[in-house]
Amino acid sequence: MSKVTFNVFRFDPETDAGPRYQRYEIEQAPGLTVLGGLLEIQAKTDPSLAFRSACRAAVCGSCAMHINGQYRLACEMQTEMLGATVTVRPLGHLSVIKDLVVEMKPFWDRYKEIKPYLMPGDNPPEKEFIQSCDDREKLDGGIDCILCSCCYNSCPVVGTDPAYVGPAAALKADRFLRDSRDRAREERLLLTGGDHGVWRCHTVFSCQEVCPKDLNPTGAIADLKLGAIKAKLGLRS
Amino acid sequence: MRYFQSIVVGGGLAGLRAAIELNRNNVPVAVMTRVHPVRSHSGAAQGGVNAALGNHERGVYDSVEKHAFDTVKGSDYLADQDAVSRMCGDAPERIYEMEHWGCPFSRTPEGKIAQRPFGGAGFPRTCYAGDKTGMVMLHTLYEQVVRFEQASERNEMTVLDEWVVTHLITDGGVCRGVVALDLRTGAAEAFISEAVIFGTGGSGRVYRNSTNALISTAHGVAVPYWAGVPLKDMEFVQFHPTTLVGTNILMTEGCRGEGGYLLNKAGERFMAFYEDSKKAMEVAPRDITARNIMREIAAGRGFENSYVHLDIRHLGEQKIAKKLPGIRDICVGFLGIDPVRDPIPVQPGQHYSMGGVDTATDGSTVMKGLYAAGECACVSVHGANRLGGNSLLDTVVFGAISGKAAGEYIAGLASSGPNAKLADDALRKAKAEIDAVISLEGAESISRVREDLAALMTEKVGVFREREGLSAALDGVKALKARFSKAGFGGPRGLKYNFQVLNYYETRANLDVAEAIVAGALAREESRGSHSRTDFPFRDDGRFLKHTMAHFAPDGPRLDYEPVTLGKWEPKERKY
Repeated sequence: MSKVTFNVFRFDPETDAGPRYQRYEIEQAPGLTVLGGLLEIQAKTDPSLAFRSACRAAVCGSCAMHINGQYRLACEMQTEMLGATVTVRPLGHLSVIKDLVVEMKPFWDRYKEIKPYLMPGDNPPEKEFIQSCDDREKLDGGIDCILCSCCYNSCPVVGTDPAYVGPAAALKADRFLRDSRDRAREERLLLTGGDHGVWRCHTVFSCQEVCPKDLNPTGAIADLKLGAIKAKLGLRS
Repeated sequence: MRYFQSIVVGGGLAGLRAAIELNRNNVPVAVMTRVHPVRSHSGAAQGGVNAALGNHERGVYDSVEKHAFDTVKGSDYLADQDAVSRMCGDAPERIYEMEHWGCPFSRTPEGKIAQRPFGGAGFPRTCYAGDKTGMVMLHTLYEQVVRFEQASERNEMTVLDEWVVTHLITDGGVCRGVVALDLRTGAAEAFISEAVIFGTGGSGRVYRNSTNALISTAHGVAVPYWAGVPLKDMEFVQFHPTTLVGTNILMTEGCRGEGGYLLNKAGERFMAFYEDSKKAMEVAPRDITARNIMREIAAGRGFENSYVHLDIRHLGEQKIAKKLPGIRDICVGFLGIDPVRDPIPVQPGQHYSMGGVDTATDGSTVMKGLYAAGECACVSVHGANRLGGNSLLDTVVFGAISGKAAGEYIAGLASSGPNAKLADDALRKAKAEIDAVISLEGAESISRVREDLAALMTEKVGVFREREGLSAALDGVKALKARFSKAGFGGPRGLKYNFQVLNYYETRANLDVAEAIVAGALAREESRGSHSRTDFPFRDDGRFLKHTMAHFAPDGPRLDYEPVTLGKWEPKERKY
């Protein structure tokens, strides 16, 4: 059976002088994913290798990493499609804690800053809010984000301004802006329209390009900008 | 030592809902979770959540009572009827609350929460958001946790992620906190609290062929089990009829609820061949459907002797894109097939643990101060077979109930507060144990024991069971425990994000809980719900209308039994 070489970023900033790549050879097998390979290395060869994983089904967002030149989810990347060598390194804009495990706090801080929850005002109805199918459809895409942070880590603006709201948080903010049940339009536009807000976006579409769920954070950012302009001009949304 | 008035272990739906309830009742809480909350396995749930809302045009005559009856019947009469009534009664309120919190349910043409038909349900009562219901519910609850975090002035809502609870701290038989490992540093720490709620999910990874996340090990139920809290009805393991061949990723029951077919290699809808599914066809309950798929394969009418086809092509691209988009993505991503054009190869796989930590209807356990909710608990509302759409419901209903009960328990305590001596003693003991793990020098590989156990359980304790296979499985588990006692700690001993200590605890947990599953299955000489004994093909209410209670002992569980709480519905033959 053929082999596949895993070329894996290793680094513990507390003990290592600098990062290095370590090579592992494992058996190629039909359906072997990058995550499958990493798990096999950890179980059989090198239990000290550190990475995150949970669902192995592309729904939890744990295993985002840089694989052969692009941010992807390790669990859904088939090694057969990547050639003889799989090169894996951690997410780029977050500091390395160990190997492929990075400090996610800045990502979650941006997420929390936009108030990522419905603000429907007081007195909810006795049963559900009535929302038309058309209004519900406006949430498609926005609600499909698994918060894996591929977009955040591919964004050149995040790289230069860590306080920048970033594509994932913007997508989340836009999801609430679009929700017919939400009553916090003004506040959301203020939260995303500040000095480190959506105006910093260079519209290079890298977030959209890498999204494992084919979502459109760039579009969400444009929507937030449009909303802010309309609000400024006193136009109805 | 750290002190929180209450601690929730687990950041999935049950845990987060419990934490919110505690906070709403002004009880500060720390949520300790092995992964960030949105990474929890609750997010993998697809099809939906049951509540008798009557929003569907064919559901106007649905009621709480009908929901409860379907649940009891689905459980093969093993569920406790008082707990079922509570769950189904609370269901509408919990679902409306999720909706008010922003959960983006799909909608009816009138703008109400959409509902779809599911197996074993008399009416379409499964509320859904496309085929990502668990994910949007999990994200919605986490969003609310963030809201509580931001609203609180004195850190009343704290999320500690990548912490693994390894031990309970007890004082005179009362639960007073936990010892937990910080994965980031590898260091253990003691946490004192007045009450602890477990919401750690199911034990699916005791099996190899499982829909469950890699993190869904038996460790969550093992920690209370090791501390003397019994596990209830562990032999009842749900095998989902339709999991993707190879990876066993879930293909939601919604595929069939929306009209999908199950086909054998001759292209026949074989569910019609079997007495117990010829009427309900593809939307028969999961236990029946899984068995009939296995029978079809055994009769030589499956593909490659291992799977059948789930065909949703006739639903059309538009309906698939609207209602089952996640299914399509998974098929394309993991198998390279498009269900719009190709049938999906599926086989039954482990999916859900009906059994779990024994709890009363308010989530309390026999240990004062310790509560459990969701899949790690057994109230019991699912009995011998859970209906699709009742697990998400279980998490939010009993998450809320246990949070409320724990809050009331804390309010009634005469004295409370930090206890440094208790914490230090517990931490010293736990650290000695962890140090012993790190110094293990044996030649056996922990990972290999774990894999061999999972293979054994899949092979011998699956959909169909009989004495010989179960006895062999019990011997097999004991042999694996012996091998495990000779395990070594491989590689470097630096503990930062070193998953070996966790692997050790999880493997030990999987072994002990697997033994409880097998022992319970061997002792239960009848067929009921998911537990199908080929040597005892009928339900035997005379001998076995009772809950199995497994009590931990190092050389294997001690079993005894508790009566089932009946009520309105006397056990009858289960026909669909």
